[in-house]
Amino acid sequence: MTALILLSSLGVIALLAEIFSFKKLLYPVVLLGLITTFILNLVDWNTDHLYFGMMRYDNFAVAFSSVLIGITFLWFIMSEGFFKEETSLTDHFALILFALAGGVIMVSYTNMTMLFLGIEILSIPMYVLAGSKKEDVASNEAGFKYLIMGAFATGFLLFGITLIYGSTASFDLPTIADFVASHQGTIPTMFYVGVLLMMVGLGFKVSAVPFHFWAPDVYQGAPTPVTAFMATVVKTAAFAAFLRLFAGTFAGVGGIWTEVLCVMAALTLLTGNITAVLQSSAKRMLAYSSIAHAGYMLLALIALNQFSQSSILFYTLAYSIGSIASFGVLSAVATARGNDAVDSFNGLAKSNPLLAFAMTVAVLSLAGIPPTAGFFAKYYIFTAAFQAGYGWLVLIAILASLIGVYYYFRIIIAMYFKQGSEEKIEISFNHKLLFVITILLTIALGVMPEYIIRLL
Amino acid sequence: MITLLLIFFPLAASLLLLLVKGEQVKKIALAAAVVEFAIALFAITQYQHNALTQFEINLPWIQSLGINFHVGIDGISLLMVLLTTFLVPVIILTSFKNEYKNPSAFYSLILAMQMALIGVFVSLDGFLFYVFWELALIPIYFICLLWGGEDRARITFKFFVYTLAGSLLMLAGLIYLYQHTATHTFDIAALYAAGQSMDMVHQGYVFWAMFMAFAIKMPIFPFHTWQPDTYTTSPTQGTMLLSGIMLKMGTYGVIRWLLPIAPLGVAHWGTVAIILSVTGIVYASCIAIVQKDFKRLIAYSSIAHVGLIAAGILAGNEQGVQGGMIQMLSHGVNVVGLFFIVDIIQRRTGTREIAVLGGIRNVNPQFAVLFLIVLLGSVALPLTNGFVGEFLLLNGVYQFNAWIAAFAGLSVILGAVYMLRSYQSIMLGETNALTSGFAPLSTSEKTVLIILCAAIIVFGVFPKPLLDIAAPSVKHLVESFQMAITK
Repeated sequence: MTALILLSSLGVIALLAEIFSFKKLLYPVVLLGLITTFILNLVDWNTDHLYFGMMRYDNFAVAFSSVLIGITFLWFIMSEGFFKEETSLTDHFALILFALAGGVIMVSYTNMTMLFLGIEILSIPMYVLAGSKKEDVASNEAGFKYLIMGAFATGFLLFGITLIYGSTASFDLPTIADFVASHQGTIPTMFYVGVLLMMVGLGFKVSAVPFHFWAPDVYQGAPTPVTAFMATVVKTAAFAAFLRLFAGTFAGVGGIWTEVLCVMAALTLLTGNITAVLQSSAKRMLAYSSIAHAGYMLLALIALNQFSQSSILFYTLAYSIGSIASFGVLSAVATARGNDAVDSFNGLAKSNPLLAFAMTVAVLSLAGIPPTAGFFAKYYIFTAAFQAGYGWLVLIAILASLIGVYYYFRIIIAMYFKQGSEEKIEISFNHKLLFVITILLTIALGVMPEYIIRLL
Repeated sequence: MITLLLIFFPLAASLLLLLVKGEQVKKIALAAAVVEFAIALFAITQYQHNALTQFEINLPWIQSLGINFHVGIDGISLLMVLLTTFLVPVIILTSFKNEYKNPSAFYSLILAMQMALIGVFVSLDGFLFYVFWELALIPIYFICLLWGGEDRARITFKFFVYTLAGSLLMLAGLIYLYQHTATHTFDIAALYAAGQSMDMVHQGYVFWAMFMAFAIKMPIFPFHTWQPDTYTTSPTQGTMLLSGIMLKMGTYGVIRWLLPIAPLGVAHWGTVAIILSVTGIVYASCIAIVQKDFKRLIAYSSIAHVGLIAAGILAGNEQGVQGGMIQMLSHGVNVVGLFFIVDIIQRRTGTREIAVLGGIRNVNPQFAVLFLIVLLGSVALPLTNGFVGEFLLLNGVYQFNAWIAAFAGLSVILGAVYMLRSYQSIMLGETNALTSGFAPLSTSEKTVLIILCAAIIVFGVFPKPLLDIAAPSVKHLVESFQMAITK
């Protein structure tokens, strides 16, 4: 709860900066604010507070909030340039902070209304930010598409909530769980329909196939920092929300939705990875890879066992760090060399060894090669799914990771093998620091995953 | 402690090298590799000749999943460690005449690779084994990608994807086994027990999942298609690492993991696997005969040799496995020697094509003698190292099935055909414009070849000390294997 209050206040402060003209100070203030929030958030560890039957600060909420805040912090360092434009600077700050607050609600809700509010608080700033490059047609298209598709998804979600309310007369998650437990065999069909509709709604948010069509265009059209935020913070929050609802409340009717989700996971893994192979734009490729990663995380959700929570926590963390690094490098390369094609990475190892190395570690992690964090994340999810008896899904996931290697390595080959511009790309000290941090974190998490996985 | 030192000393040296600039890099890398070899020799002096695992270290790593940093050395591991630590300094020494761009990265990657290889050979935890197994792939991929020859991006990528596909199957197999352990652990003993408690059908699944990984790494026909291109394109030192040491990860994997984990699977599917291996021997030998490029010829000959090793090991009797151990060492030494000879010839004449060379012996008899010794080791002449292993291997396969052994025996004959023919064409005959200026061997080249030739002869005449190191462990392993399949 502390985190939520602090983040909202920080958002308001960001808006006030325009009026009281301390725009120049805002960047450090926000960074400090995020650090403070991160620390105070940890104070809630093991307290398990329930707030008015609406939000529950259990360890799950604290752990995922910390991931969200930590990743946003790294994101702010990565997106330095995004906050250098003169116009609508404070809006950018405020929108991101409010979106983050929405994310925190999404990982800590215990009532359907809060879930809905959280998703909307997170999404509306993202609609605006996706379209924030006002002169760029692609950005406008992205914002518009995201809004329409998001509204669609919200419709499904609300419809689902309504049906569930209709059969249980409650928005409260524990009450609904009790209802499921006590009415085994006599649960009305309406309830199941509600569950499936909510799954569709959340499927949109995590961009699972076949509800992924918005993602590539939106990811590609939006400004790169916004894309990075969507791929990391938004996705993490959406998965945590998905997990909290389905693995917690709807676990009792798991038989109904896991089968559907199995098909969705398999499709997501294959579609995401295979389509990524065909892309020539690195940004679009990362968009498809982001879809593919949702597929792996769905496996953990389907497994519905003691590993589900910790494996998704670890996966989102590993994946977000890898994404922040890769989008950071992409953004630097695309700005300096004028486009975001895979070819623009040519010769990067010669001109900027640090950027190339950071990108290599990031894509090795995304591809799941030891000793990076991404490998353990995948391994852990495979174990969870295997344990639950989904050996065939694991085989598909293994095949998918193999395809994944194909496109991730295109970037490595471009950087280390192909001849390209010799011109050194200037990167700021903060960015250098960020890349060093992501490299170290990726390897540290891969070598010592124990500290994260035993949290939940 | 020795085990940890063996694993982490190369890593420390590798990181240190990244900070060094200029000419010193080669020497520091060589010094580090020699120190590592000294550590391995020290381990041999401390080693007790019995079947027990020694120098064992078991530290908790990811406890909640039953994963431990469990390493230890028995006779089988010790021989592999010895091979690795012996070959890496030799390989570094072979590069002394080459000028590589960005040398600190090059040598750093070689030492990082050594760390992963040692890790593979001493791991006693399934997860740890897998991590090292994969870890070995990254340095060699970059060595081949950055310093390789023509069309390297495509070829090294094929290599990477091929081996990764096998590895991922093995990972699936390991997770499957893990689910069947009583306490959910990756400890080797628990994995053995879990595998052996399954029926034949399920052991068959495990067998194929793991065998694929090993078969691709070695490689065994028909999973070999990455190998000739990769060996030909890689820089010489990369080829040496691949053929001299990395290939042995596959054969070692069969001995350490496959035979004990899935004895019934091996008993049931072993014949198929052995027939594949022997097919590979004949097939690769025939292709080697018609090769024009000498480096490519040796790449194919390597498929033939490793096919025999795999067949002998999969036969699952004492001669076969013991022969496999010995031949793994001999092949490592011989193939590094041969690839170095290719390198020497190529650097002096600018070509590897067998047909255009000739008469080098007239110009440089010293080189001709050293080449001949390496070659005789490779064709398994008695009193060279190749003979001991090949004899035991054929003996092992013969006990398994005489017909298969007859075909496997072709490897010796065909091997002599292509090796002697290429020697004749390259070294003998008329000296031509290309070879007339064949420069004398430099000190570092001479050192390497003399070390390798000495190893070939000493080990051929007096193989007993090395045989004795692995014998108790091999005997124990084969006995438990035979017991499991007759049960």
